[in-house]
Amino acid sequence: MTLTRRRLFAAAAGLGAARPAAAAAWAEIERAGRGQTVFWNAWGGDERTNAFIAWAAGRMAGDHGVEVRHVRLRDTAEAVTRVVAEKAAGRSAGGSVDLIWINGPNFLAMKQQGLLHGPVLDLLPHAALVDREGKPATLVDFTVPTEGYEVPWRMARVVFVHDAARVPAPPRSMAALADWAVVHPGRLAHPSVRNFLGATFLKQALAELAADATVLQAPATDDNFMPVTAPLWAWYGAMRPHLWRGGRNFPDSGPSLRGLMNDGEIDIMISFNPSEASVAIANGTLPPSVRTFVLAGGTIGNCSFNAIPFNAAHKEGALLLCDFLLTPEAQAKAMDPAMMGSPTVLALDRLAPAERKRFDDLPRPPATLSDGELGRPLPEPHPSWMTRIATAWETLVNA
Amino acid sequence: MLRAAPFLLMAILLLPVAAGGLATLLPAFGYLPALGGTALSLDPWRALLAWPGLGRAVVLTAGTGAAATGISLGLAVALAIAARRAGVLAVIEAALAPLLATPHAALAIGFGFLAAPSGWIARLAAWAVTGWQVPPDIATVQDPAGIALVLALCLKETPYLLLMILAALAQVQAPARQLMAQGLGYGPRRAWLFGVFPLVWPQMRLPVMAVLAFSLSVVDVAIILGPSNPPTLAVQVLRWFGDPDLALWFVASAGAMLLAGIVLAALTLLRGAEAAVAWAGRQVARTGRRGGSGFDGVTLGGGAVVAIVALAALAVLGVWSLAQSWRFPDLLPRGWTLASWQAQAPGLAGTAGVTLGIGVAATAIALLLAVACLENERRIGHRPHASLALLYLPLLVPQVAFLFGMQALLVRLRLDGTLAALVWAHLIFVLPYVFLALADPWRAFDTRLLRTASCLGAPPWRVLLHVSLPLLARPLLAAAAAGFAVSAGLYLPTLFAGAGRVATLTTEAVTLSSGGDRRVVAVMAAAQALLPLLAYALAVGLPAWRARRRAGLAVAA
Amino acid sequence: MSLRLERVSIWAGARPLVRDLSLAVAPGAVVTVMGPSGVGKSSLLAFACGTLPVGLRGEGRVWFGAEDLGGLAPHRRRLGILFQDDLLFPHMSVAGNLLFGLDPAVRGRAARQAAVAAALAEAELPGLGPRDPASLSGGQRARVALMRVLVSRPRALLLDEPFGRLDAALRARFRGFVFAAARARGLPVLLVTHDVSDAEAAGGTVVELAGQSGEGRQGNQGSAGKGPRAL
Repeated sequence: MTLTRRRLFAAAAGLGAARPAAAAAWAEIERAGRGQTVFWNAWGGDERTNAFIAWAAGRMAGDHGVEVRHVRLRDTAEAVTRVVAEKAAGRSAGGSVDLIWINGPNFLAMKQQGLLHGPVLDLLPHAALVDREGKPATLVDFTVPTEGYEVPWRMARVVFVHDAARVPAPPRSMAALADWAVVHPGRLAHPSVRNFLGATFLKQALAELAADATVLQAPATDDNFMPVTAPLWAWYGAMRPHLWRGGRNFPDSGPSLRGLMNDGEIDIMISFNPSEASVAIANGTLPPSVRTFVLAGGTIGNCSFNAIPFNAAHKEGALLLCDFLLTPEAQAKAMDPAMMGSPTVLALDRLAPAERKRFDDLPRPPATLSDGELGRPLPEPHPSWMTRIATAWETLVNA
Repeated sequence: MLRAAPFLLMAILLLPVAAGGLATLLPAFGYLPALGGTALSLDPWRALLAWPGLGRAVVLTAGTGAAATGISLGLAVALAIAARRAGVLAVIEAALAPLLATPHAALAIGFGFLAAPSGWIARLAAWAVTGWQVPPDIATVQDPAGIALVLALCLKETPYLLLMILAALAQVQAPARQLMAQGLGYGPRRAWLFGVFPLVWPQMRLPVMAVLAFSLSVVDVAIILGPSNPPTLAVQVLRWFGDPDLALWFVASAGAMLLAGIVLAALTLLRGAEAAVAWAGRQVARTGRRGGSGFDGVTLGGGAVVAIVALAALAVLGVWSLAQSWRFPDLLPRGWTLASWQAQAPGLAGTAGVTLGIGVAATAIALLLAVACLENERRIGHRPHASLALLYLPLLVPQVAFLFGMQALLVRLRLDGTLAALVWAHLIFVLPYVFLALADPWRAFDTRLLRTASCLGAPPWRVLLHVSLPLLARPLLAAAAAGFAVSAGLYLPTLFAGAGRVATLTTEAVTLSSGGDRRVVAVMAAAQALLPLLAYALAVGLPAWRARRRAGLAVAA
Repeated sequence: MSLRLERVSIWAGARPLVRDLSLAVAPGAVVTVMGPSGVGKSSLLAFACGTLPVGLRGEGRVWFGAEDLGGLAPHRRRLGILFQDDLLFPHMSVAGNLLFGLDPAVRGRAARQAAVAAALAEAELPGLGPRDPASLSGGQRARVALMRVLVSRPRALLLDEPFGRLDAALRARFRGFVFAAARARGLPVLLVTHDVSDAEAAGGTVVELAGQSGEGRQGNQGSAGKGPRAL
């Protein structure tokens, strides 16, 4: 094991120059992390992700003597709140949260308030394998540079899933989707915008409908928010009465949206996982007739990260876990349609042939699009847009 | 040492409620130095009033709480009257235990599986009548008016109130009074309402108040079945407390205090309604009208619906947990499999272990304290009347109004997420139920048996160990089962004292309840229901097994 | 040694139940306290035992020989009591009940079993040790209850209408059995009853307790009862 690590550091240096200092530091982390219990705070609403985390926990126990406990969150904000509460109570060490699966506004909030430990990314031997050039989203979280405070672990991409038996030719733009909803009342739903996927649904629409999408890359302001989002609200207002339950109720999350699809309550749904349809068909949570499609104008892509709170009690164990998640083995496992089907964050051309084979051998089921069909991802807007959209939506539906 | 027991009990109950309540009250008025709130202000209340959903949330909260309490109480009273028939009583007693044991969350999840547009009822309708191929687009759960929430609460609260009435009836010579009034020519229903109910009510008052407070502030059932835009006030407060924008903590605290105010107002109104009903009852009684012969069909129908729906909700959990693929509009799954259980088994075992451990610890401590208090009460010879009402305090104060403050204190003491904190948090809710379940049988115990034992030379501890405890085994076990069921069903206290790091079957079931895979949710909810059901089965079975060679025990307790 | 009550008064709040009662019971003798129900007869025995119910207040002294029992906890007074109901512990076998009562000074499993067997033999219930008390007849249960008290080696026997529940034939027989057993052990017996036949059978001093209206007489009659006959 140590030997492979050394070789990896050598590879990481890119030019074959050994980095003994880094290797020694990592050896120290490995020693300190052994025997720790890492509380990984990760949204627990998705069974397949839970199963992957359980698998990773099993491997961590075996390989590193690290016990990984999955703290199943209803909402990632719960973990953020906990860290904030601990800081407010003056607990700057021995905190209860060791690692958070985090993105976007939650990351921004923690980074701005100095609640994160780091930078950590380049401590990890396997960070060298991350495809930073080909997948810039691994370094930028919703336009906010991660600056090494976050470790990528899975790629995400907006896709839509439709029941091909009922909707043979799905609409290919958000505008067309609204028209479709008007003709098929009650057959389209999106998750509550309190949920990240629900917010993504509106952001995807905004990316298409905004007069100039480039303004979304900068923080929203009091002055530009309403003008920029006006087309979005017009579009949404016209569509909302024709949504599932008349646009008065919304499923809580992606999985509950999938449940509606599986029950036949809706015909089209959004997803953040390109393999969602295939994985769900395989485990019986979607009917075999579902297929995946993307929009003609492109769809938003991003990356899921893990971050370590400043006061985490088991930072070394958390680092070991972050590194393990970047191993080709773990990445291939995550990408396996039988597991999560999450696209990898690694640069496949940088892998040894044997490692690369793990990915090449993965099946590509009919409900999954090829990379070519997916096209290049659209960038995420700045988190402030998501926060403001969620607030505005909240006011809209509660009024 | 025994003399300290009541004070210890009160401290365990009241300290966290009072401290937690204060730690929520102060931020409601802008004071929370850790977050920069150093001066008292009304800003949190202004922010609360500015929330667009407030009016509807308050109406929803008050409406669902009042409706659930009113329907449950009405049905429970009607069923208690119908239970004068021995056959009805036997059925009620058989159906009561499983309904009491089932946690709120599991029942709510099962009810959702029944009532959802793609649920069993709609499937039945599709098969029998409507021929639906896709589920109808009707909000039968999470409906804006909160009807599903009210109905699910009734499934749990009707059995509880009925149990309380039946227990109270045993103490007021109900059959004799009923017969006396019927002998005067009154119909059975009037005979009961005029002759029995006024005597039962004083013992019902606190349970009804607890049900009202609970229904107004329930979180888990409201998350699973209640509307979400806006949700009930308790759920909205939870959302604010969970928001990463910490400024919302002040609003959340104000919301929690508003909810506490609503509960207080509702309890006050209840006292007023009680007086009004009593006055009206006296007026009717003075007319001397005898009332009808007492047709119980409607009542029994209502009771049967509650029992059948609740049992069907449990059954549908079992079916889903064993389903391979079960798509609308199929009435039953296409195939059956243990795969869902097998897939969940590794995690489930640990989670069930934690649930069991916390429940057993909290119940054991609660039993010890309750026995110590009751034994002390007997020895010093008087009941602490005033403190009895305080015992109910944790059940009357909305959980959100003190659990957040309590969590903040636990974090400060570095106790959050520890087993001790969890057991304590559970104890707050377990202790009242255990004490109340044990108090009546303990106080009614034939003291001549104890005097006999003393005069035979047995010291007090020996009397307790060899006479009181064995002879009160049945109520002790029943109290333990009730306490364990309460613990196994606690959501919010587990969430907050456990700092989210400690998962029980309840937190897992509620977390997953919004998930897409019903089979997995069903496994969690079924497991959640199973533990307390086993506890109840043990509480019934163990004394029966012990009594198999002691005929005297069958009547002794 | 004799059991003596000295100037005992019992109050229910401000209402006196027993006023200034004194009496003495010699070893092997029976003193009967008579009176209608509710007059405080049972309270008198409870006072002697130290188990006066809450709400009642007692004054006066209880002597056994030269020992003042007043300060002792009930289980240290060693005054055996029998009630109208047998009050056998329903969760124990017949032998279990006797073992619970048996003086702890009898040590060793074999010795204790032998003592129980002897008690059962004396009660003409040989071999019934393993039985469930609920399976015994009323008369048998009454005798087990008596033996349970006797094996605890009490210093005196207090009888709280112990014959009230038995039918006439059984009653006379059991009464004779109790008095004989007490006499054989030289135990002072204090009997309270409202049944004249019990008092006649006891044959000793009779003390009348009257209701409140007869308060004034109580003390006198009690003093009369404490005549030479009883001593």
